[in-house]
Amino acid sequence: PALRRHSSQSGPQHSVAIVGSGPAGYYTAQQLLKGDPGLVVDVYEKLPVPFGLVRYGVAPDHPEVKNVIHTFTQTAQNERCNFLGNIEVGRDVSLQELRNAYSAVILCYGAAEDRTLGVPGEDLPNVISAKSFVGWYNGLPEDKDLPVNLDCESAVVLGHGNVALDVARILLTPINMLEKTDISEHALDCLRRSKVKRVHLVGRRGPLQVAFTIKELREMVKLPGTRPVISPQDVQGLDKIIKDLPRPRRRLTELIHKTGTAVRPGSEEVKEWTLHFCRSPQRILTSAGGDVAGIELVVNRLQGETLESQKAVATDEREILPCGLVLRSIGYKSLPLDPSVPFSKGKNIIDNEDSRVKGEPGLYCTGWIGRGPVGVIADTMNYAFDTGRTVLQDLDNGRVARRELGCRDQLLNKLRSKAVTFEDWEKIDMAEMAAGEKIGKPREKLVNVEEMLQVACR
Amino acid sequence: LSSSAPKPQKETINVTFLLRDGEKQEVQAKVGDNLLDIIIEHDVDIDGFGACEGTLACSTCHLIFKQSDFDKIPDKPTDEELDMLDLAYGLTDTSRLGCQVVLTKDMDGLEVTVPTGVADARGGPL
Ligand SMILES: Cc1cc2nc3c(=O)[nH]c(=O)nc-3n(C[C@H](O)[C@H](O)[C@H](O)COP(=O)(O)OP(=O)(O)OC[C@H]3O[C@@H](n4cnc5c(N)ncnc54)[C@H](O)[C@@H]3O)c2cc1C
Ligand code: FES
Repeated sequence: PALRRHSSQSGPQHSVAIVGSGPAGYYTAQQLLKGDPGLVVDVYEKLPVPFGLVRYGVAPDHPEVKNVIHTFTQTAQNERCNFLGNIEVGRDVSLQELRNAYSAVILCYGAAEDRTLGVPGEDLPNVISAKSFVGWYNGLPEDKDLPVNLDCESAVVLGHGNVALDVARILLTPINMLEKTDISEHALDCLRRSKVKRVHLVGRRGPLQVAFTIKELREMVKLPGTRPVISPQDVQGLDKIIKDLPRPRRRLTELIHKTGTAVRPGSEEVKEWTLHFCRSPQRILTSAGGDVAGIELVVNRLQGETLESQKAVATDEREILPCGLVLRSIGYKSLPLDPSVPFSKGKNIIDNEDSRVKGEPGLYCTGWIGRGPVGVIADTMNYAFDTGRTVLQDLDNGRVARRELGCRDQLLNKLRSKAVTFEDWEKIDMAEMAAGEKIGKPREKLVNVEEMLQVACR
Repeated sequence: LSSSAPKPQKETINVTFLLRDGEKQEVQAKVGDNLLDIIIEHDVDIDGFGACEGTLACSTCHLIFKQSDFDKIPDKPTDEELDMLDLAYGLTDTSRLGCQVVLTKDMDGLEVTVPTGVADARGGPL
């Protein structure tokens, strides 16, 4: 089926372009479609498939989180909403072309990079960014061939956020549990042969500053066949401050404290994970053969008034943690899309005020590109709803002019032969679910763009 | 009563939702349903409510109760519910996740507030 076009009689009068089909894109689209019955929304996506990090970030063993896809699908199936997959803004169509054709353009293209440590040895094989590792087990085309070697007993994960816990959990979860998820088969194969028994999660600061949330920590504490290790020393005295902490931090700290002080009688667990606090990586160590052999850490001291604002200050003390795999999970990073868009280099976000891109009327941003790569889908959702309302207001009070559909229809004509529509995606979706069913999984993702396009008959 | 008598209609109670825009919506809610079911069944229009569809994987079904109503909820929140609630915007001492609150007969007249989803710029987890 072709992209829907609209003769502008009673129905649609103007259109808005959204760049990126993740939660920010679809939640903004939802708000716009609801608020203005005369509005058409075109969602541009560089991949042939929609949903951004819900498909390629959220862990395969968290299918419940992906239920938001049902809502996105409802939005996408609205007759005033188009999906244009396989169209990368900046390559297949320029931002200027979009701005000429649409009343407003909303940038929701997320964070495509990850932050680096800047320590010697970071480029060695088996020193991997969590972002790529996540892409690898989730079947992201660009990461499908990532060289991952799990032929070692110890792995180090640098970072104390939810992504760090995700990758640690994937490394330690019993294989028969992973086999029932939509984890990509190439990753599953590698994990089947994994020798990893210990995962060390290393954080710069202390137990009061961890960035992961309690649900993810509780899941780790309860992981079958795996023992949590938190040194009683690290949690000493925490019980005295716990009661004065605000509730979310209080409950999280209670669980850390309880785990650190729990007595575990002769356990049968064969694997373990450890939280290491106040340690920063100095360099990656290698064996004579050039493989990763360990990591040198510097011991930090915490300095600062309030607990949550305490900073890590390096001491002279060093420590070596032997390992054969290092996963760096210290955050994602957004990139500029086009030189015409003001970009804050320091914060790595588009310069904006309440989603309005500075000095560029008609141009907006939301989601991770607007506020930085933090927060769960619900945060992104609330932000996107706000953005949608802002755009509607601006269109309503004439701050932004409405453009007629003609120009946009011409643009769609040009892109039609390349664009993957939502109906095309549904063919891919069905093919993936059918492939999964054969091997007892909810889905087996296609990991080649060419293959996706073939199934979509493009 | 004879055993062949038709099953009694499921009982209903009165539930009022105080919506974000200040409007009120009153519905006849079935006893035994949870508040997410009820919001869906009665098309109560709350943007983004119930994103994970009742699987305790989000906090978008956060509702605030009056103390007296809160005390009437028979099932106390589990650790898992509290874990998700911790991420909710505008958390209060009488907050619950709507998908976990099953209505009982003596909750008739229940009044729940839908908190505003203010997207503050807090640094979330990662
Ligand atoms: C590993 C990981 C796990 C997570 N797990 C959870 C979880 O369990 N629960 C939870 O609530 N949150 C989770 N999150 C957070 C959640 O994924 C984010 O809040 C959310 O996805 C951000 O939405 P977004 O739309 O801004 O970005 P994204 O989801 O990244 O979407 C951006 C989209 O833009 C597309 N794009 C990029 N460049 C272009 C271009 N030039 N032209 C066209 N399209 C383009 C991308 O392909 C992508 O589809 C997780 C995040 C990560 C990284
Ligand atoms: S709907 Fe997600 S937790 Fe209730």
